[in-house]
Amino acid sequence: MRFAMLPKIFSQMFKKPYTNKFPAKYTPSSTTNFLEKVGSGEAKLFPPIETPKGFRGKIKYDRDSCIGCKLCINVCPSGAIEFIEETKKIKIYLARCTFCSQCNDVCPKNCLSMSDEFLLADTDKYSPDLIVK
Amino acid sequence: MKQKSTTKTSYHIPIGPIHPALKEPVHFEFEIDGEKIVDVDVKLGHVHRGVEWASRRRNPVQILYLAERICGICSYCHPAAFTLAVEKIADIQVPERAEYLRVIQGELERICSHILWAGVAAHEIGFDTVLYLTWQIRERALDLTEFLTGNRITKGIMMIGGIRRDITPDMIPRIKKDLEHFKKDFETLRHVFLDDKTVKMRSQGAGVLTKDEAMKLCAVGPTGRASGVKKDVRFSESYFAYGDLDIDLITPDVLTGEVNGDVYDRIIQRLLEVKQAIEIIEQAIDKMPSGDILAESKIPKLLAQLKKASGEDIGRHEAPRGEVIHYVKLDGNESPYTWKVRAPTYNNILPWIPMLKGEQIADIPIVAASTDPCMSCTNRVTIVQGSKRYNLNREELHRLCVQKTRRLSK
Repeated sequence: MRFAMLPKIFSQMFKKPYTNKFPAKYTPSSTTNFLEKVGSGEAKLFPPIETPKGFRGKIKYDRDSCIGCKLCINVCPSGAIEFIEETKKIKIYLARCTFCSQCNDVCPKNCLSMSDEFLLADTDKYSPDLIVK
Repeated sequence: MKQKSTTKTSYHIPIGPIHPALKEPVHFEFEIDGEKIVDVDVKLGHVHRGVEWASRRRNPVQILYLAERICGICSYCHPAAFTLAVEKIADIQVPERAEYLRVIQGELERICSHILWAGVAAHEIGFDTVLYLTWQIRERALDLTEFLTGNRITKGIMMIGGIRRDITPDMIPRIKKDLEHFKKDFETLRHVFLDDKTVKMRSQGAGVLTKDEAMKLCAVGPTGRASGVKKDVRFSESYFAYGDLDIDLITPDVLTGEVNGDVYDRIIQRLLEVKQAIEIIEQAIDKMPSGDILAESKIPKLLAQLKKASGEDIGRHEAPRGEVIHYVKLDGNESPYTWKVRAPTYNNILPWIPMLKGEQIADIPIVAASTDPCMSCTNRVTIVQGSKRYNLNREELHRLCVQKTRRLSK
């Protein structure tokens, strides 16, 4: 066939796009305003695709069971974890985190785990949303 | 570059380091006679990131994630080669199941990379509808990667002495289903690339690299194999579980009966490798034994073991672009004494010169893209004196190499 792509192109015209239209079907003029509206219940969010099992999202930290062994600090490739001497607990800066979950593997008390939360964009790298204590 | 004295005046055209046609910073200096390329020179070193230097204060487990960030597309190959080197030094025996899982991850990455390349190549010849088709296929491959590893691009799956995530029996139906889809998609791609007149007319006879030149300039991976050089680490060296699997080295003459070494052959070569990768994954899933996936599941214990180890070794892995070599020297400290990376693109840059000579200006993008270059992987050194960059000549470079080798062998 001389132009093998042509039938594919024509059939594509009648197919639904593969892209999931997150967060809204039509791009809002201001995303911030749109999200505020979602918060107050005026607009509806187009749901994102479900994350698969074992997805590596925002780290969850169980502060009470942490024994302050510093093993996670030793393996963290990006130096995102800070040890606080007074409390013997850790503080994770997600702006530096590479989501490799190596700290989860090394933790002897299993007090670190990965959630499926992935909407972590922020303009301030030290915002409270991006620091896990 | 010196002006060649010819009867007709030839033009001197510099392209890059920043140019709309280039995806990454690289500097070309072309000598053009009309539309024809008379001479070409390539200059590198615009994106040095100091990755190797950063390893001097990290332990081997941290370096795995640093190695992943050498290249976004080869994010499995670099940790794999590093792990192979470290395992040889510390004499770690990897469980058999982990070896099969490593093969599956490696081949899945090959599918992603080659399909991405096919899209970029189509884009370079101005066939953008194929770009969208390939990226649609790649999306499924990335979804499968995410399902198996937890991430789409930086997989974080490699671990010294094994692999981090297992494939459980309930995951196999999904993998098999996706592999069936890949087979169908491969058939579509094959049909578009190999039967379509547009692609054939554009790429046949363009950017020819003869077997002699490929051997002389040490072309690796699909670039070398498309010129008929039978060189592939998966077959020449038994590592991971490749030795147990029933696979053959392929060159484009499997399909066409002859090797021309042009851009069209490189397209065929990569498409055949996608098909081969699908078959390898199927075989690996069927033959995979049960058992452990890590030699040492306690990471502090592993780090202590690596701290005691000393010695030097080389890890070789067949990345989608070609052979990647990592040299590691451990000397009993927490961080390695040296870590040296040789990415496949480094070898595939010089073949550009015979490929581009005698071609037309319009062929530059597709010929350059046909080796699947990745510029930031290759940049290992930048020499800055004051605020000026300068180039080393051959004698100086040789002297520095001897010096470094002496320092390393102490």
